[in-house]
Amino acid sequence: MSGHDHAHPKGHDHGHHHDHDHGDGDHHALSEHEKPLSGPALRVKALESLLVEKGLVNPQTVDSIIETFEKKIGPRNGARVVARAWVDPAFKARLLKNSREAIEEFGFYGYGEDMVVVENTPTVRNLVVCTLCSCYPWSVLGLPPVWYKSAPYRARAVIDPRGVLRELGSEPSPEVEVRVWDSTAELRYLVLPERPAGTEGWTEEALAAIVTRDAMIGVAVVAKPEAAA
Amino acid sequence: MNGVHDLGGMQDMGPVVIETNEPVFHADWERRIFATRLACAYHRRWNIDMNRYAIERMPPADYLSTSYYEHVLFGLETLLVEQGVISQEELDSGHSQGKAAVDSLLQPEGLEHLLRNRIRARREESVAAKFRPGDRVVARNLHPTGHTRVPRYVRGREGIIDRDFGVYVFPDTHAMTRDPKPQHLYSVRFDARELWGDAASTRDSVYVNLWDDHLDPR
Repeated sequence: MSGHDHAHPKGHDHGHHHDHDHGDGDHHALSEHEKPLSGPALRVKALESLLVEKGLVNPQTVDSIIETFEKKIGPRNGARVVARAWVDPAFKARLLKNSREAIEEFGFYGYGEDMVVVENTPTVRNLVVCTLCSCYPWSVLGLPPVWYKSAPYRARAVIDPRGVLRELGSEPSPEVEVRVWDSTAELRYLVLPERPAGTEGWTEEALAAIVTRDAMIGVAVVAKPEAAA
Repeated sequence: MNGVHDLGGMQDMGPVVIETNEPVFHADWERRIFATRLACAYHRRWNIDMNRYAIERMPPADYLSTSYYEHVLFGLETLLVEQGVISQEELDSGHSQGKAAVDSLLQPEGLEHLLRNRIRARREESVAAKFRPGDRVVARNLHPTGHTRVPRYVRGREGIIDRDFGVYVFPDTHAMTRDPKPQHLYSVRFDARELWGDAASTRDSVYVNLWDDHLDPR
């Protein structure tokens, strides 16, 4: 298979240098950059090269997009929203009434989707899924994890939410109402988890640190860390 | 389309496995295809609903046996050729037969603007709503061969309008003919037992976003 490296103006380095020294003589698996490209990796490289050659894509822009989604957008954004809702009742009211506008107060760098925040309470658990594709609130949670996009989750969340929650370790009691939100539109859902007991008086920053991505999707609850007094 | 992408309610697909400390991407090609698609979207030769419909047309066995980013790659290749941005020969050979006729391309400096000014599906025009919160409705028993956002598991089922989100682009036509056909979008609440029978909890429910054209009064 001939490569298309000539089409890469910047000539991305796919050389065979070793920048690490194992020194133990073991047969280590080849790193990603040492393996010959095959399957989707080869197709992607050929397609990007073609699009660059045709003047449709700037490879530096591709680099910038990757950096943005790996470093600037992620679930820490959503955690800040949740923590503020826990400490600021006026913000929480705005968040539940007009989620997009309330989240815009943070000025996150990312897609400004229309948002709906749904609140967990002692009697209601919310769970978010996209059965038809993988709609997800990028601006507050970043890109979705593999399991969220996987067939098992998309298939089961709507028909057996309690079974999914049981497997993942946070099954609600039978008295609790479970609401599953299937994201079929350009509206993205974020779960506002319950604030764990014993966190009274914590700062917004300390609270944000314990809010997890999975809790904001609804498959987990936020727990107070054992070590934190 | 009654496609394999419409997964809601299917069984025996395996356990949900959450990877601890999962990276954003698992391979360099995943990074490149994700970002390349976004850079291509800048040219506005298709809309997000056309993108979803392209992925839905992946052969079913391939859809289930490949990863999300392989779906992304398939969708992008499909749209680039269908919309005449590149030719099939160029895709197959990997060699350009000439520069594309575009005025500009997305530059790194333009990324923040693009991300902050996403084209919204929400529309400002005034369109009368067919339903109000509290109304009882039935999801139409539609089986179009093209794109639709009505999952199979709610078709023919009775629900209640939970809330009205206002006027939105209608994906079913937007994907097929680019007609935005603006209309009201609702959250419709379905009792779990209405969808899944007596094995489901009487307390549980599924909320699905549906548009006026998906619904009939009960």
